[in-house]
Amino acid sequence: MGNKEYVAIFREETAELLDEIESSLLELEKDPSDLMIVGRIFRAMHTIKGSGAMFGFDAIADFTHHFETMLDKVRDGKASVTSDLIDLTLASCDYIHAMLDADGETVGDNVDPEVGEKLIASLQKLVGGHGEGDAGGENSPLDDCAKKSPSGQRAPVQDGGEKASAKEINVHYRISLLPTMEFFSGGNTVEQLIDELSLLGECTVFQHPGNKVDGGAGDNNDAWEILLTTDRGTDAVEDVFVFARSSCNISVTVLVTEDENHFAEHQKLGEILIARGDISPDDLSRVLAKQKRIGDLLVEEHLVSRSKVDAALVEQQMLQQASAKVGQTKTADSIRVAAEKLDQLINLVGELVVNQARLTQVSSKYDDPGLVEPVEEVERLTAELRDCVLNIRMLPIGTTFARFKRLVRDLSAELGKEVVLVTEGGETELDKNVIDQLGEPMIHLIRNCIDHGMETPADREAKGKPRKGTVRLSAEHAGANVVISVTDDGKGLDVEKILQKGIEKGLVRAGEDLSQKEIFNSIFMPGLSTAATVSSVSGRGVGMDVVKTTIERLKGSVCVAESVKNKGTTITITLPLTLAIIDGLLVLVEDTYLVLPLTQVEECVELTKEDIDHFHDRRMIPVRDQLVPYVRLRDFFAIPGKRPEIEQMVIVMVNGERFGLVLDDVIGEHQTVLKSLGWVYRNAIGLSGSTVLGNGEVALIIDVPDIMKVAQKEEKDVFAD
Amino acid sequence: MTKVEEKGELVAQYLSFILREENFAIEISKVREVLDVTVLTKIPRMPEYLSGVINLRGNVVPVMDLGLKLGMTGIEQTHNTCIMIVELEVEGETVDMGLLTDSVQMVIDLRNDDIEAVPKMGTGIDTEFIKGMGRQDEKFLIILDIDKVLAKEGRAVLQDNSDEIIGAEQAEAVTATA
Repeated sequence: MGNKEYVAIFREETAELLDEIESSLLELEKDPSDLMIVGRIFRAMHTIKGSGAMFGFDAIADFTHHFETMLDKVRDGKASVTSDLIDLTLASCDYIHAMLDADGETVGDNVDPEVGEKLIASLQKLVGGHGEGDAGGENSPLDDCAKKSPSGQRAPVQDGGEKASAKEINVHYRISLLPTMEFFSGGNTVEQLIDELSLLGECTVFQHPGNKVDGGAGDNNDAWEILLTTDRGTDAVEDVFVFARSSCNISVTVLVTEDENHFAEHQKLGEILIARGDISPDDLSRVLAKQKRIGDLLVEEHLVSRSKVDAALVEQQMLQQASAKVGQTKTADSIRVAAEKLDQLINLVGELVVNQARLTQVSSKYDDPGLVEPVEEVERLTAELRDCVLNIRMLPIGTTFARFKRLVRDLSAELGKEVVLVTEGGETELDKNVIDQLGEPMIHLIRNCIDHGMETPADREAKGKPRKGTVRLSAEHAGANVVISVTDDGKGLDVEKILQKGIEKGLVRAGEDLSQKEIFNSIFMPGLSTAATVSSVSGRGVGMDVVKTTIERLKGSVCVAESVKNKGTTITITLPLTLAIIDGLLVLVEDTYLVLPLTQVEECVELTKEDIDHFHDRRMIPVRDQLVPYVRLRDFFAIPGKRPEIEQMVIVMVNGERFGLVLDDVIGEHQTVLKSLGWVYRNAIGLSGSTVLGNGEVALIIDVPDIMKVAQKEEKDVFAD
Repeated sequence: MTKVEEKGELVAQYLSFILREENFAIEISKVREVLDVTVLTKIPRMPEYLSGVINLRGNVVPVMDLGLKLGMTGIEQTHNTCIMIVELEVEGETVDMGLLTDSVQMVIDLRNDDIEAVPKMGTGIDTEFIKGMGRQDEKFLIILDIDKVLAKEGRAVLQDNSDEIIGAEQAEAVTATA
């Protein structure tokens, strides 16, 4: 089992679990009495421990064991959740991370075992020094299980905590388990799995002797049936079997979802079963003839609960069909796929979209219903396939948000400020590539908020604000975009100071008449920082520039949406949902097709000769009382030909500034599959890529921020000469 | 490369083509396919020898005017004009590149004996780009080292527009993510 692949999976899984633990810990800090969270941490730790031992990460298994012991105390109410405890557990998570990154088999070079020992010692001290009691139980996950009977009912461990606060709906699962020899040789026991399941909820276990009747313990391949009642999702149940899946035949089936109303009207066994389609009425009458009396009798005698009879009946039903069901039980599976494979799939779908558009265009030339119909069907299927495939890569942004909680906690401690992070819209989904690259700019923004924006607690009180500052992270969909905003309730941007700095650094010319918004947005210029001192956190004037560059690279934009003195600042990032296929606006200059990313397009207006003459050929025009400068793409790209009488102007918004791109004709929206221009054109000016149109021609995708930058520079150069 | 032992001498295959009425050849193994000229989309603000991009079965492939690149006059499009698609290794990746030529002739076998060293001068083309002079019947062919012709492409342009590097990096990054 020392297989590298498994170890890689273990690393990945454990890293995820650690992230989960970390965010749970931070939640727990907010609400120390919530035992449900403790339970969640416990389960995650337990998984790490179990799989750590399985893959030979003994150091991790050992360490997590101590961690678990501590949590146990907390769960039993013998120790309370203090911020010291949270600090320690967070440090422990970091330590496990370090062990994970190290070579794993032994404690690696860059992991100091002393740190671990110290952590353990402090943990034990905190929860009331119970080191000795556990000394013998180092390998206790297995021992623990052995003490408990493998079959029969067990009380769910955090029953009180979960049920009390639970409005969750209980779900009954039937889990069938057929371990192979490999399962046992990998050091697994069924008891271990059952133990983990019993953490999720009420477990009923049945052991069915395998072919080798009465085989020796541990090497007989008995089939196991576990009926589990839990309010946790399928994922939690599936997670238990993550590592066993490869060596066991496992199927997890949802038997029934038990919400209270349902339960009331489903009092009769037979009705339930028929309603669920588990059995036919014929089956029922046969079963009822034998079983009904016994079941009812038992319940009447209060020997067993109603739900147990339910379970038993299902069990019996299951036994009758056991052989037939092994292969065909429906499993709610999820699989891990390499991101590379997904990229490949998306590329293929991209090509399909292009070719489908071509097919549609060709078929429109022939007025043949026999052709048009299948082509339309292909069009519909392609669109569905595209959405489906793109959806696979979508991840909720909440995964990134969770990381920032820790950042805020550490930063505010470091800077002596009290800050809470509030997140909203964590379920908003974004392309994985975008999310991956979003981390860095977000960190810069949050750092900035806390370092520059937030006042010290004392200052805040003096201003009559709550001691604790709030940083709000929110994400929401807006059309084909996702808008992420970072809001703080700090002191707001200091217009004067920014302007002064800008002039000092030569980024802004003295006497230049800038609107407040322009001044605000100049914080994104490289080299501008208003922090008086350079700290480890910020002040070097690099951060916001990085934010802007990264966001622009992702075809998005960032700007200061609002900033009010002593009220706070809101910075918004607008991002397209995906980078593989974007919504574009197809336009034409002479015979060159160009695509503008629709996310950046504000509106389209006409530019007539009168408009141009009115401003004496100066390249700006009033649009609804606001003067908008423009760039004529024909000139910018040196496209030969004569410009038409009436030109079109597409007004784009880049970093909060509007400017116009003048072109010949606007053709319409276009689903744009992004293609690179190829290596020789990687320095192309004002272009970010290309796409293939339905007619087979190549259209160029305009890099709006680049055009703005180059155009501004060129104009400055003219004056410099 | 197809190499056959023949009379004790190595034989390699080359594709011969015409650029501005002169005979050229490149190793056949570099050429993936030959296309009739199609719609070229010009990329603005790039050196003139970069003719633009074409749509090759859904992929966007850059095309270069080999005549201009080698310091001759540009290719005039006729019904003989061809685009040779060559495969290159660039920074560890295989990329396609289209080369605009006046016409593509045929595949020829050249023995080592048929290839003479590059004259120090007189070809009018950067000798670095030439692998040798091939003799076929009474004709001479200039055998191009296509990797060297294209090697400096990315960098050369970068120097021409050194102040646009930021924009270039952006475009590259977008390319990488797209």
